[in-house]
Amino acid sequence: MARFILPFVIFMIVAIFLFVGLGLNPHEVPSPLVGKPAPAFSLPQLHEPEKQFSLQDMKGKVWLFNVWASWCTACEYEHPLFMELSRRNLVPLYGMDYKDKREDGMAWLQQHGNPYTLVVSDAEGRVGIDYGVYGVPETYLIDKQGVIQYKHIGVVTEKDLSEKILPLVKELQAK
Amino acid sequence: MRHLLIALLCLLPVFAHAGEATDMAADPVLEKRMIGLAENLRCLVCQNESLASSHSGLAEDLRREVREQMQKGLSDQEIIDYLVSRYGDFVLFDPPVKKTTLVLWYGPFILLLVGVGVLIHQLRKRKNLIAETELSAEDAQRAAELLNETADTPNQPKDSQA
Repeated sequence: MARFILPFVIFMIVAIFLFVGLGLNPHEVPSPLVGKPAPAFSLPQLHEPEKQFSLQDMKGKVWLFNVWASWCTACEYEHPLFMELSRRNLVPLYGMDYKDKREDGMAWLQQHGNPYTLVVSDAEGRVGIDYGVYGVPETYLIDKQGVIQYKHIGVVTEKDLSEKILPLVKELQAK
Repeated sequence: MRHLLIALLCLLPVFAHAGEATDMAADPVLEKRMIGLAENLRCLVCQNESLASSHSGLAEDLRREVREQMQKGLSDQEIIDYLVSRYGDFVLFDPPVKKTTLVLWYGPFILLLVGVGVLIHQLRKRKNLIAETELSAEDAQRAAELLNETADTPNQPKDSQA
Protein backbone atom coordinates (compact mmCIF):
# COMPACT_ATOMS: atom_id res chain seq x y z
CA MET A 1 0.00 0.00 0.00
CA ALA A 2 2.74 2.44 1.01
CA ARG A 3 4.41 2.14 -2.38
CA PHE A 4 1.37 3.74 -4.01
CA ILE A 5 1.35 6.79 -1.75
CA LEU A 6 4.34 8.59 -3.28
CA PRO A 7 3.23 8.21 -6.93
CA PHE A 8 -0.24 9.29 -5.89
CA VAL A 9 1.07 12.41 -4.16
CA ILE A 10 3.17 13.28 -7.23
CA PHE A 11 0.16 12.71 -9.46
CA MET A 12 -1.97 15.01 -7.31
CA ILE A 13 0.65 17.78 -7.40
CA VAL A 14 0.88 17.57 -11.20
CA ALA A 15 -2.91 17.48 -11.46
CA ILE A 16 -3.31 20.56 -9.26
CA PHE A 17 -0.76 22.49 -11.33
CA LEU A 18 -2.51 21.51 -14.54
CA PHE A 19 -5.90 22.40 -13.14
CA VAL A 20 -4.77 25.84 -11.98
CA GLY A 21 -3.01 26.33 -15.31
CA LEU A 22 -6.22 25.64 -17.20
CA GLY A 23 -7.96 28.41 -15.30
CA LEU A 24 -5.34 31.04 -16.16
CA ASN A 25 -5.77 33.31 -19.15
CA PRO A 26 -2.52 33.34 -21.15
CA HIS A 27 -3.49 36.70 -22.60
CA GLU A 28 -3.33 38.35 -19.20
CA VAL A 29 0.28 39.32 -19.25
CA PRO A 30 1.22 41.38 -16.20
CA SER A 31 1.91 44.92 -17.33
CA PRO A 32 5.21 46.45 -16.26
CA LEU A 33 3.54 49.86 -16.54
CA VAL A 34 1.45 49.51 -13.39
CA GLY A 35 2.95 51.78 -10.75
CA LYS A 36 4.79 53.82 -13.38
CA PRO A 37 3.94 57.22 -14.84
CA ALA A 38 1.60 56.93 -17.82
CA PRO A 39 3.53 57.54 -21.07
CA ALA A 40 3.01 61.08 -22.29
CA PHE A 41 1.06 61.55 -25.49
CA SER A 42 -0.72 64.17 -27.50
CA LEU A 43 -3.35 62.96 -29.93
CA PRO A 44 -6.07 64.54 -32.07
CA GLN A 45 -9.56 64.29 -30.68
CA LEU A 46 -11.88 61.96 -32.53
CA HIS A 47 -14.74 64.39 -32.94
CA GLU A 48 -12.63 67.50 -33.42
CA PRO A 49 -9.38 66.31 -35.00
CA GLU A 50 -7.98 69.83 -35.19
CA LYS A 51 -7.88 69.83 -31.38
CA GLN A 52 -5.28 67.92 -29.46
CA PHE A 53 -5.65 66.14 -26.17
CA SER A 54 -2.65 65.29 -24.05
CA LEU A 55 -1.90 63.50 -20.84
CA GLN A 56 -1.04 66.85 -19.25
CA ASP A 57 -4.69 67.88 -19.48
CA MET A 58 -5.63 65.23 -16.94
CA LYS A 59 -3.24 66.23 -14.20
CA GLY A 60 -4.83 66.20 -10.77
CA LYS A 61 -7.65 63.87 -11.78
CA VAL A 62 -8.33 60.20 -11.26
CA TRP A 63 -9.58 58.84 -14.56
CA LEU A 64 -10.16 55.77 -16.64
CA PHE A 65 -8.54 55.43 -20.04
CA ASN A 66 -10.24 52.85 -22.22
CA VAL A 67 -8.68 51.60 -25.43
CA TRP A 68 -11.33 50.49 -27.93
CA ALA A 69 -12.02 50.33 -31.65
CA SER A 70 -14.98 49.97 -33.96
CA TRP A 71 -13.52 46.69 -35.29
CA CYS A 72 -13.30 45.27 -31.78
CA THR A 73 -16.25 42.96 -31.20
CA ALA A 74 -15.39 42.37 -27.55
CA CYS A 75 -15.72 46.10 -26.94
CA GLU A 76 -19.47 45.79 -27.45
CA TYR A 77 -19.70 43.57 -24.38
CA GLU A 78 -18.27 46.12 -21.98
CA HIS A 79 -19.94 49.05 -23.65
CA PRO A 80 -23.28 48.97 -21.75
CA LEU A 81 -21.31 48.92 -18.52
CA PHE A 82 -19.45 52.05 -19.54
CA MET A 83 -22.72 53.74 -20.52
CA GLU A 84 -23.98 53.00 -17.02
CA LEU A 85 -20.72 54.23 -15.51
CA SER A 86 -20.93 57.53 -17.34
CA ARG A 87 -24.53 57.97 -16.13
CA ARG A 88 -23.45 57.41 -12.54
CA ASN A 89 -20.71 59.99 -13.00
CA LEU A 90 -18.29 58.33 -10.61
CA VAL A 91 -15.11 58.68 -12.58
CA PRO A 92 -14.29 60.40 -15.87
CA LEU A 93 -13.95 57.93 -18.68
CA TYR A 94 -11.74 58.80 -21.63
CA GLY A 95 -11.47 56.68 -24.73
CA MET A 96 -8.77 55.99 -27.25
CA ASP A 97 -9.93 54.81 -30.66
CA TYR A 98 -7.11 52.43 -31.52
CA LYS A 99 -6.00 51.67 -35.09
CA ASP A 100 -9.30 52.73 -36.49
CA LYS A 101 -10.65 55.00 -39.19
CA ARG A 102 -12.05 58.21 -37.80
CA GLU A 103 -15.42 57.87 -39.50
CA ASP A 104 -15.77 54.22 -38.40
CA GLY A 105 -15.08 55.15 -34.80
CA MET A 106 -17.58 58.00 -34.87
CA ALA A 107 -20.22 55.83 -36.53
CA TRP A 108 -19.74 53.16 -33.86
CA LEU A 109 -20.26 55.70 -31.09
CA GLN A 110 -23.29 57.08 -32.87
CA GLN A 111 -24.79 53.62 -33.04
CA HIS A 112 -23.92 52.35 -29.56
CA GLY A 113 -23.86 55.60 -27.61
CA ASN A 114 -20.90 57.56 -26.35
CA PRO A 115 -19.97 57.03 -22.70
CA TYR A 116 -16.70 58.94 -23.03
CA THR A 117 -15.99 62.42 -21.79
CA LEU A 118 -13.61 62.68 -24.70
CA VAL A 119 -12.16 60.32 -27.28
CA VAL A 120 -8.75 60.57 -28.87
CA SER A 121 -7.79 58.89 -32.08
CA ASP A 122 -4.67 56.73 -32.34
CA ALA A 123 -5.06 55.77 -35.97
CA GLU A 124 -1.57 54.34 -36.36
CA GLY A 125 -1.40 52.64 -32.99
CA ARG A 126 1.78 54.42 -31.90
CA VAL A 127 0.51 55.58 -28.54
CA GLY A 128 -0.92 52.08 -28.18
CA ILE A 129 2.60 50.68 -28.33
CA ASP A 130 3.73 53.19 -25.70
CA TYR A 131 0.96 51.92 -23.44
CA GLY A 132 1.76 48.29 -24.13
CA VAL A 133 -1.60 47.67 -25.78
CA TYR A 134 -1.80 44.28 -27.45
CA GLY A 135 -5.40 43.21 -27.12
CA VAL A 136 -8.29 45.61 -27.33
CA PRO A 137 -10.18 46.41 -25.14
CA GLU A 138 -7.77 47.49 -22.45
CA THR A 139 -8.50 49.88 -19.62
CA TYR A 140 -6.10 51.91 -17.52
CA LEU A 141 -6.76 53.61 -14.23
CA ILE A 142 -4.56 56.69 -13.87
CA ASP A 143 -4.21 58.66 -10.64
CA LYS A 144 -3.84 62.36 -9.88
CA GLN A 145 -0.07 62.24 -10.34
CA GLY A 146 -0.46 60.60 -13.74
CA VAL A 147 0.67 57.18 -12.49
CA ILE A 148 -0.98 54.05 -13.90
CA GLN A 149 -2.52 52.31 -10.90
CA TYR A 150 -4.29 49.47 -12.62
CA LYS A 151 -4.49 47.92 -16.04
CA HIS A 152 -7.35 45.73 -17.14
CA ILE A 153 -6.81 43.54 -20.19
CA GLY A 154 -9.90 42.45 -22.07
CA VAL A 155 -13.55 43.08 -21.37
CA VAL A 156 -14.36 44.83 -18.11
CA THR A 157 -17.14 42.96 -16.34
CA GLU A 158 -19.60 44.18 -13.75
CA LYS A 159 -17.58 42.30 -11.13
CA ASP A 160 -14.27 43.87 -12.21
CA LEU A 161 -15.84 47.28 -12.00
CA SER A 162 -17.57 46.95 -8.64
CA GLU A 163 -14.93 44.85 -6.88
CA LYS A 164 -11.66 46.14 -8.27
CA ILE A 165 -11.88 49.32 -10.27
CA LEU A 166 -14.40 51.46 -8.40
CA PRO A 167 -13.01 50.76 -4.89
CA LEU A 168 -9.57 51.69 -6.21
CA VAL A 169 -11.01 54.85 -7.79
CA LYS A 170 -12.53 55.86 -4.45
CA GLU A 171 -9.28 55.24 -2.65
CA LEU A 172 -7.30 57.26 -5.16
CA GLN A 173 -9.78 60.12 -5.22
CA ALA A 174 -9.54 60.41 -1.44
CA LYS A 175 -5.77 60.83 -1.57
CA MET B 1 17.61 83.18 -58.64
CA ARG B 2 14.68 83.92 -56.37
CA HIS B 3 12.34 81.89 -58.54
CA LEU B 4 14.74 78.99 -58.51
CA LEU B 5 14.90 79.14 -54.72
CA ILE B 6 11.13 79.12 -54.46
CA ALA B 7 10.91 76.23 -56.88
CA LEU B 8 13.48 74.32 -54.84
CA LEU B 9 11.63 75.06 -51.63
CA CYS B 10 8.46 73.75 -53.21
CA LEU B 11 10.28 70.51 -53.90
CA LEU B 12 11.12 70.03 -50.21
CA PRO B 13 7.92 68.16 -49.32
CA VAL B 14 8.73 65.67 -52.07
CA PHE B 15 12.00 64.84 -50.35
CA ALA B 16 10.30 64.70 -46.99
CA HIS B 17 7.87 62.18 -48.37
CA ALA B 18 10.64 60.12 -49.92
CA GLY B 19 12.22 60.05 -46.47
CA GLU B 20 9.05 58.69 -44.89
CA ALA B 21 8.71 55.96 -47.45
CA THR B 22 12.15 54.51 -46.69
CA ASP B 23 10.92 51.10 -45.75
CA MET B 24 12.03 47.51 -45.85
CA ALA B 25 13.44 47.13 -49.35
CA ALA B 26 15.26 50.46 -49.21
CA ASP B 27 17.67 49.30 -46.55
CA PRO B 28 18.21 45.55 -46.62
CA VAL B 29 20.92 45.69 -43.96
CA LEU B 30 18.63 47.37 -41.48
CA GLU B 31 15.78 45.04 -42.41
CA LYS B 32 18.00 42.05 -41.74
CA ARG B 33 19.01 43.48 -38.38
CA MET B 34 15.35 44.14 -37.53
CA ILE B 35 14.34 40.58 -38.44
CA GLY B 36 17.26 39.20 -36.45
CA LEU B 37 16.09 41.10 -33.39
CA ALA B 38 12.41 40.34 -33.94
CA GLU B 39 13.07 36.61 -34.11
CA ASN B 40 13.90 36.65 -30.41
CA LEU B 41 10.81 38.64 -29.49
CA ARG B 42 7.38 37.23 -28.87
CA CYS B 43 4.28 38.46 -30.62
CA LEU B 44 1.79 39.17 -27.86
CA VAL B 45 -1.26 38.44 -29.95
CA CYS B 46 -0.30 34.99 -31.23
CA GLN B 47 1.92 34.08 -28.37
CA ASN B 48 3.87 31.20 -29.84
CA GLU B 49 4.97 33.18 -32.86
CA SER B 50 7.91 35.49 -33.02
CA LEU B 51 7.56 39.12 -33.90
CA ALA B 52 9.43 38.40 -37.10
CA SER B 53 7.04 35.77 -38.40
CA SER B 54 3.69 37.02 -37.13
CA HIS B 55 1.19 38.64 -39.46
CA SER B 56 -0.91 40.25 -36.76
CA GLY B 57 -1.46 43.98 -36.95
CA LEU B 58 0.34 44.54 -33.68
CA ALA B 59 3.41 42.65 -34.88
CA GLU B 60 3.50 44.81 -37.99
CA ASP B 61 3.32 47.94 -35.86
CA LEU B 62 6.04 46.69 -33.56
CA ARG B 63 8.29 45.82 -36.49
CA ARG B 64 7.76 49.35 -37.79
CA GLU B 65 8.61 50.71 -34.35
CA VAL B 66 11.80 48.62 -34.16
CA ARG B 67 12.77 49.70 -37.68
CA GLU B 68 12.27 53.36 -36.84
CA GLN B 69 14.25 53.11 -33.63
CA MET B 70 17.08 51.45 -35.55
CA GLN B 71 17.02 54.28 -38.05
CA LYS B 72 17.33 56.67 -35.13
CA GLY B 73 20.52 54.85 -34.21
CA LEU B 74 19.38 53.03 -31.09
CA SER B 75 21.24 49.87 -30.17
CA ASP B 76 19.55 46.46 -30.08
CA GLN B 77 19.70 46.47 -26.30
CA GLU B 78 18.05 49.89 -26.08
CA ILE B 79 15.23 48.71 -28.33
CA ILE B 80 14.73 45.54 -26.28
CA ASP B 81 14.67 47.63 -23.10
CA TYR B 82 12.04 49.87 -24.67
CA LEU B 83 9.79 46.94 -25.53
CA VAL B 84 10.29 45.25 -22.15
CA SER B 85 9.38 48.46 -20.34
CA ARG B 86 6.04 48.38 -22.16
CA TYR B 87 5.19 44.72 -22.59
CA GLY B 88 7.23 43.13 -19.82
CA ASP B 89 9.64 40.20 -19.90
CA PHE B 90 6.93 38.27 -21.68
CA VAL B 91 8.06 39.69 -25.04
CA LEU B 92 11.41 37.99 -24.64
CA PHE B 93 11.80 34.40 -25.78
CA ASP B 94 14.92 34.42 -23.65
CA PRO B 95 13.75 35.89 -20.34
CA PRO B 96 16.30 37.22 -17.84
CA VAL B 97 17.12 35.33 -14.66
CA LYS B 98 15.45 37.06 -11.73
CA LYS B 99 13.27 36.31 -8.74
CA THR B 100 10.10 35.65 -10.71
CA THR B 101 11.81 33.50 -13.33
CA LEU B 102 13.91 31.33 -10.99
CA VAL B 103 11.48 28.41 -11.22
CA LEU B 104 11.41 28.75 -14.99
CA TRP B 105 15.19 28.65 -15.27
CA TYR B 106 16.16 26.19 -12.56
CA GLY B 107 12.97 24.16 -12.08
CA PRO B 108 13.85 21.63 -14.80
CA PHE B 109 17.31 21.05 -13.33
CA ILE B 110 15.83 20.52 -9.88
CA LEU B 111 13.39 18.00 -11.36
CA LEU B 112 16.30 16.30 -13.13
CA LEU B 113 18.26 16.07 -9.87
CA VAL B 114 15.25 14.62 -8.08
CA GLY B 115 14.83 12.10 -10.90
CA VAL B 116 18.48 11.05 -10.77
CA GLY B 117 18.21 10.73 -6.98
CA VAL B 118 15.17 8.47 -7.26
CA LEU B 119 16.88 6.41 -9.96
CA ILE B 120 20.03 5.88 -7.86
CA HIS B 121 17.93 5.00 -4.83
CA GLN B 122 15.91 2.45 -6.82
CA LEU B 123 19.02 0.88 -8.39
CA ARG B 124 20.65 0.46 -4.98
CA LYS B 125 17.50 -1.19 -3.64
CA ARG B 126 17.45 -3.58 -6.59
CA LYS B 127 21.09 -4.48 -6.12
CA ASN B 128 20.32 -5.66 -2.58
CA LEU B 129 17.39 -7.74 -3.87
CA ILE B 130 19.42 -9.64 -6.42
CA ALA B 131 22.41 -10.31 -4.18
CA GLU B 132 24.48 -13.30 -5.35
CA THR B 133 23.58 -16.63 -3.70
CA GLU B 134 25.90 -19.61 -3.68
CA LEU B 135 24.92 -22.39 -6.10
CA SER B 136 24.56 -25.72 -4.37
CA ALA B 137 26.42 -28.73 -5.87
CA GLU B 138 23.12 -30.32 -6.81
CA ASP B 139 21.91 -27.22 -8.67
CA ALA B 140 25.26 -26.87 -10.42
CA GLN B 141 25.07 -30.39 -11.70
CA ARG B 142 21.51 -29.93 -12.93
CA ALA B 143 22.46 -26.73 -14.70
CA ALA B 144 25.36 -28.48 -16.42
CA GLU B 145 23.06 -31.29 -17.56
CA LEU B 146 20.55 -28.86 -19.00
CA LEU B 147 23.25 -26.93 -20.79
CA ASN B 148 24.67 -30.14 -22.33
CA GLU B 149 21.25 -31.25 -23.43
CA THR B 150 20.52 -28.09 -25.36
CA ALA B 151 24.01 -28.03 -26.86
CA ASP B 152 23.49 -31.55 -28.34
CA THR B 153 20.05 -31.04 -29.84
CA PRO B 154 19.35 -27.39 -30.54
CA ASN B 155 15.86 -27.98 -31.99
CA GLN B 156 14.51 -29.97 -29.11
CA PRO B 157 10.76 -29.82 -28.44
CA LYS B 158 9.84 -27.70 -25.45
CA ASP B 159 8.28 -30.32 -23.16
CA SER B 160 11.50 -32.34 -22.83
CA GLN B 161 13.26 -29.34 -21.26
CA ALA B 162 11.23 -29.56 -18.10
